[in-house]
Amino acid sequence: MVPLSYYLALGGILFACGVTGFLIKRNIITIFMSIELMLNGVNLSFVAFAAQWHALSGQVFVFFVMVVAAAEAAVGLAIIIAVYRTRETLNVDRVNLLKL
Amino acid sequence: MTPNLHLWLIPLLPLVGAAINGLLGKRFSRQTVSAVALAFCGAAFVMALWIAAQFSALNVPHLETLATWIRAGAFQADFAFYLDQLSLVMLLVVTGVGFLIHIYAVGYMWEEGGFYRFFSYLNLFMFFMLTLVLASNYLLMFIGWEGVGLASYLLIGFWFTKDSAAAAGKKAFIVNRIGDFGFLIALFLMIQHFGSLNFAQVFSSVSNFGVESGTGLLTSIGLLLMVGAAGKSAQLPLYVWLPDAMEGPTPVSALIHAATMVTAGVYMVARSHTIFERAPVALMVVAIVGTLTALFAATIGVCQTDIKKVLAYSTISQLGYMFMACGVGAFSMGIFHLMTHAFFKGLLFLAAGSVIHAVGGEQDMRRMGGLRTKIPWTFWTMTAATFAIAGFPPFAGFFSKDAILFQAFTSPYGSWVYWAIGVFTAFLTSFYMFRLWFLTFFGEYRGEESAGHDEHSRAGAPALHGHGGIHESPKVMLIPLVILAVLSVCGGWIGSERFDKFLAPALHSDSATVETATPTHTEERASETLLTGVSIMAAFGGLGLAWLLYHRRPQLPQEIAQALGGFYQAVLQKYYVDELYAVLFVKPLVDGSTKLLWHGIDRDVIDATLDNSADGARTVSDAARHMQSGNIRSYAGWVAAGAAAVVAYMVWMGTR
Repeated sequence: MVPLSYYLALGGILFACGVTGFLIKRNIITIFMSIELMLNGVNLSFVAFAAQWHALSGQVFVFFVMVVAAAEAAVGLAIIIAVYRTRETLNVDRVNLLKL
Repeated sequence: MTPNLHLWLIPLLPLVGAAINGLLGKRFSRQTVSAVALAFCGAAFVMALWIAAQFSALNVPHLETLATWIRAGAFQADFAFYLDQLSLVMLLVVTGVGFLIHIYAVGYMWEEGGFYRFFSYLNLFMFFMLTLVLASNYLLMFIGWEGVGLASYLLIGFWFTKDSAAAAGKKAFIVNRIGDFGFLIALFLMIQHFGSLNFAQVFSSVSNFGVESGTGLLTSIGLLLMVGAAGKSAQLPLYVWLPDAMEGPTPVSALIHAATMVTAGVYMVARSHTIFERAPVALMVVAIVGTLTALFAATIGVCQTDIKKVLAYSTISQLGYMFMACGVGAFSMGIFHLMTHAFFKGLLFLAAGSVIHAVGGEQDMRRMGGLRTKIPWTFWTMTAATFAIAGFPPFAGFFSKDAILFQAFTSPYGSWVYWAIGVFTAFLTSFYMFRLWFLTFFGEYRGEESAGHDEHSRAGAPALHGHGGIHESPKVMLIPLVILAVLSVCGGWIGSERFDKFLAPALHSDSATVETATPTHTEERASETLLTGVSIMAAFGGLGLAWLLYHRRPQLPQEIAQALGGFYQAVLQKYYVDELYAVLFVKPLVDGSTKLLWHGIDRDVIDATLDNSADGARTVSDAARHMQSGNIRSYAGWVAAGAAAVVAYMVWMGTR
């Protein structure tokens, strides 16, 4: 059996990748994908703990996260399309209308 | 069942007059304004006469409560009026002399701007003065006390475009505040120890006290009351405002700064006689202050050349006599002199106003002279007043002044020192008054011939010119002069003993410790005759010296002045008291306020605290602002860093 720490390390690496991508990338879709990556890193640690402790709540939590992520993807992509239509760019640094 | 006299109407009538003239007077003609002012003031006088007529049938003291004013715990102060012999005398003097001066003012102020304003203030003054006189408790009295101060301020500064008048008004107000401070503290002490400010309750509480041998509560209250009286009645060391108050129109000087308001202090001390009689130290201070003021002001009066300034110092000096009388326990004599003084000093001021009017606004006696034949009515009425104040029998001033000097000598609180200074002051009084009389009415006219041109009349002086030459005043001014002249002659004939007996119920509490010396024994009769003889001699001495110096040999005063040198200069400059106060009090206060309070505290501490904290907040915010760049990724970075910090903390906590 694969020890728990492996799953946690993989989840941590996935999350760190997501954070790094979120911070580094300028393309709004890439940033969006980085967020999904972070969510999945977290999901992985949830299910790992659920399997380890034979507790169902971790798996239930994962479903919740997936539902929220799906809803977020729908809304987020819609926003991205709306932004692209008005700003004609996907670069987040240029979506700065509220900046001083 | 005591009849309801509606005492509240007396003060209220002039207030209504003041309100009508003050609010609507701008649109009224001069005739309407004067009619309103005279009607309401005259109505108050008629009511006072009506009350006086009923007085003998009255249950004295007569108290009328109108409404509750303040009720806090056990303490209560009402709008209540109090009538006894003392307030009746004051009431008649204030309304009577006040009404005459109102009449006179119609003529005097006729050509002036702000006619309605003047009469509104004048009526307002009457309201406050009558409140002061009729109040049944110290608090209501204090309202009147402050109110007359306000009216005095407004009227001194009546020609407010003139800097000196505005400054004089402020000076009077500020100096009076110092006195009022003492008065207030005295009131606080009374509330604390007697739980009331009503005359009846305070005095009955005080009656339980014995005579204080040293100093104690009653002495402190008495001294503080005296501080208040010294401010209002221009006694040492707070007299400095009164000479400057002569910047006001002459009727104001007559009404407020001679006949009525300045005597409020004497009235207050006489009203509080129950307290003073049990505090010999306070009584002695009153006597000493009065005596010194009488002498001090009289010496200054000798050298003044402005006709109104002479009268101002004379007023201070005469007020000193009144306090001397109160200080030796002869309160009724103080009030007697107050009454006769109201007659002759009111008249002196009005006559002086008439003289000033005649010569077109000139107030310097050195530029008058020989007016005897040109303004005979003014001359004769002023002569009556001059003889009255100098103390010639049978004029009014003789009786009251002689009674005071007699009491000063024989009263258990008296001393020959008071008497000697008093007699010397009487001599000086006679001298400076006849100096004024000779300089103004005798000799050659020393002004320029066509008196009455614009360059003569000062900005503030009555602007009655244009008809050139020296001329007698109109009838409306002369009639009050004549009435007051009659009173100045006859006002003293009532006699000090009868006056004392009349006031006795109000001024001699049953447990009074002071036995006013009544000349019953033949021995005392003899001494009284002797004392009277001396004071008459003083009056004649003053007349003789003035005649010698200012009529017979007019060059002599200059030689004497030169011989005296520095002393003469000191007297001429009023002993440099104003300068001394400026150095001792005004300058340190102004400097302290400017350098310490304004620059030091207000600007460098309070403002600086505020400015610096605002500056600091801005500097910190400027730095912190860079955190919120508006860049999404920098926000995300902060979130990530924060999350990392939390995680690190938790890990660290877990591994510990």
